[in-house]
Amino acid sequence: MRQIIKIAWRNVWRNKLRSFIVITSMVLGLWSGLFSASMMSALNNQRINSAIKSQLSHLQIHHPSFQDNFDIKYQINGLNKVLKALDENKKVNSYSSRIVLSGMASTARGATGVKLIGADHTNEINITDIHSHIVKGTYFSGGTSRQAVIGQELAEKLKLDIKKSIYLTFVNEDGSQERLKLKVVGIFKSGNSIFDGSHMFAQKDYLDKIFGKEDIIHEIALVSNDINQAKELKDELLKAFPDNEIELWSEISPELGYANEMLSFFLYIFMTIILIALSFGIINTMLMAILERKRELGVLMSVGLNKSKIFLMIAMETLFISIVSVPLGVFLSYVTISYFGDVGIDLSMVEEGLEQFGMGTRLYTELYLDYYINITLLTFLLTFISSLFPARRALKLEPAVAVRSI
Amino acid sequence: MNVIETKNLKKIYSQGEIKVNALNDVSVNFKQGEFTAIVGPSGSGKTTFLNTVGGLDKPTSGNVMIDNLDITKLKANKIIDFRLRNIGFVFQSYNLIPVLTAKENIEFIMLMQGYSEANRNERALELLDAVGLSKEAKRRPGQLSGGQQQRVAVARALASKPKFILADEPTANLDSTSTKNLLDIMYDLNRKEKMTFIFSTHDQRVIDRAKRVITLEDGKILSDKTT
Repeated sequence: MRQIIKIAWRNVWRNKLRSFIVITSMVLGLWSGLFSASMMSALNNQRINSAIKSQLSHLQIHHPSFQDNFDIKYQINGLNKVLKALDENKKVNSYSSRIVLSGMASTARGATGVKLIGADHTNEINITDIHSHIVKGTYFSGGTSRQAVIGQELAEKLKLDIKKSIYLTFVNEDGSQERLKLKVVGIFKSGNSIFDGSHMFAQKDYLDKIFGKEDIIHEIALVSNDINQAKELKDELLKAFPDNEIELWSEISPELGYANEMLSFFLYIFMTIILIALSFGIINTMLMAILERKRELGVLMSVGLNKSKIFLMIAMETLFISIVSVPLGVFLSYVTISYFGDVGIDLSMVEEGLEQFGMGTRLYTELYLDYYINITLLTFLLTFISSLFPARRALKLEPAVAVRSI
Repeated sequence: MNVIETKNLKKIYSQGEIKVNALNDVSVNFKQGEFTAIVGPSGSGKTTFLNTVGGLDKPTSGNVMIDNLDITKLKANKIIDFRLRNIGFVFQSYNLIPVLTAKENIEFIMLMQGYSEANRNERALELLDAVGLSKEAKRRPGQLSGGQQQRVAVARALASKPKFILADEPTANLDSTSTKNLLDIMYDLNRKEKMTFIFSTHDQRVIDRAKRVITLEDGKILSDKTT
């Protein structure tokens, strides 16, 4: 076995240029695949993080019927008990209780459907990052309580600016129409133009006064200490408050959750395609090597190397190419991904398109460790499979004919 | 006692619709310690005969008995193992393993046979000494002359202490000095160790040194002379 390994290893380096070319192609193939995967992964994560930070949070609690048509009569059941439980649960990092009104926003210049979120903004800043995306004005301030912070898209749609008034018409609990007049104090740009065109924020105090009571809460948005704990937290809360609807971010926005699951699957498909293409390069190289060494293989068979050892030798040669290429490819990918994970890649050229999907213009590449491990294993597996065809060709050689090959 | 016996050996090659009788009813015996040259024009069946006797090729019909074992009846893996333990080969083009040194080439066969490292080392050095290449032990085939490579090939063939050595045109690519050196070495081994050598050759210098000369023509034995 040791001798077979020795021969296989030395055979790899017999034609240094050819080995260098095949190793380089594997390194570059792995690098380009892993780096592209890291970009796709980063785009997806950025989209999800952006949605979680600006809209979704980790979990949301509603009355089971509220999300059907945002009827304001459907408020959270057992509110005080829910709030107490959230205060006591150590998995909960922060939460914000919200009044949510769905209605028609209008100005003298136009009207559009919006969702108004009324919250205590000292809590809200721990849940959403809208306060850090203010492009004009402020994120609430002293003075009048009738303040509104609106998205830039909405401002452009309704030709609004700071200090201008906006009217929100919504259907009250009793079915009558109610009209609010708010003053724009801030305009935000979250990076998701769809969200920015359909959302506005107001102060809960003001809405409490309009409704004449403080315990109207339609939505509690909460952030757990770790996003991976969110599912566990959801199950706990659901068990304690079965008469409320508690949803994970991926359930509130199923297209994001689905895209996340699809991406993981797609990344493996993507890498497998690249690796299969590389495998053909390996097969070609190994076939050339075998055809060139027909006589030598014939001699080995003549002097007593049996088929399993010949097979082992060819498989080892192929494997050695991977043993050299894979660590280099993975290391190069890791270095590049880490570097662009720190400094980011400027995608401002395609800013508009990215904003449609809720993504920023600087992409910070990232790839999970398990992906590196799985791709490494997959590469070795495909390399082994690649060795089967050349090995089969070698085994078909007739020693008497092969020893006389030129 | 016969080491090798062939009985009515026939080998027919098909080249399209044309059938070529490479061996035609060849029956011949070889005793322990013979130094035999198989001669004949190109296409007379010399190489086919050696390949068949060495188990590299199966005859169309007939038998090859080695120590009373019919090797034509052995299965593929058994015949490989049989070759490993019983037959030494020397090829026209040396056919050493280019990535191994001279010593490693010799040790390779012993390694396959399961010799210990100490035994392999001792025997390889002994054989290198016997073929006059002690100083070239660490050189790879590419760093040796044709004559030196063929001497390593002889040492490799002897390494596993085979019952006999089959050499297919061993001097075909050698100059006269190398041919003489190689023949001296093989002759000495034959004389001192009673090693059986069977050559195929066109080379008169080899024929002159052979103790027995079998002439083949069109796959048949034309003459069998012992000197």
